[in-house]
Amino acid sequence: MSTSAGSGSPGPWALVSDEPIDPTGVLGRVGAPEDGAVLLFLGTVRDHAEGRAVGGLDYEAYLPMAQSVLEELAREAADRLGTERVAVQHRVGSLDIGDVSVAVAVSSPHRGESFDAARTLMDDLKRRLPVWKREGYVDGTREWVDGTRIEGG
Amino acid sequence: MNTVKALFFARYRDLIGEREVDLPVSGPLSVGELVRTLRSRGAPYSELPPDPAVAVNRRVADADTPVEPGDEVAFLPPVAGG
Repeated sequence: MSTSAGSGSPGPWALVSDEPIDPTGVLGRVGAPEDGAVLLFLGTVRDHAEGRAVGGLDYEAYLPMAQSVLEELAREAADRLGTERVAVQHRVGSLDIGDVSVAVAVSSPHRGESFDAARTLMDDLKRRLPVWKREGYVDGTREWVDGTRIEGG
Repeated sequence: MNTVKALFFARYRDLIGEREVDLPVSGPLSVGELVRTLRSRGAPYSELPPDPAVAVNRRVADADTPVEPGDEVAFLPPVAGG
């Protein structure tokens, strides 16, 4: 797979949507001739939680706020990265095991900045994005996942 | 009548039974005062926590943040994105 240089949008890109995430499309938004590191992180739905068998997840968002917070997170990641090449997408709605719930792509001249920026973006997303998930268990019950008190930017 | 648009998400929406409720207010007040007024309505509102995380007009707020008629006040249970 190659990332086509210059194909990305001019600034950081962020989207919260119920559309399935296309990892290649997110990846295609980063990369440049001066970059020697391109990183893609995917968060996926796993089949267990604290010993219980999970059949799927429902994600709910406070949509307009989630979109603006995700844009802020992408902007901060770009500032940390030192390039504008950041793309992040979060899915909402009903997801099955193995589905991609979040994708982060970044690129930079050297790998350290990309690893740091992607990790920090995900850590901040967990604390600041107004999104909730409900686990559906294979026994037919479902429960909202215990989360963390939301923090401002 | 002046109102504040209250939004409830995830487990709070399940608790209240509605996603959106127009709350009558007589004028400007703080988030803390709004929460106290809301909880004093009795069940199910009284089952909201006394110090819930709240966003006013889509920005995370605290108990002292002012609320004006027409504002959007969202009650945000602990978040779990990613």
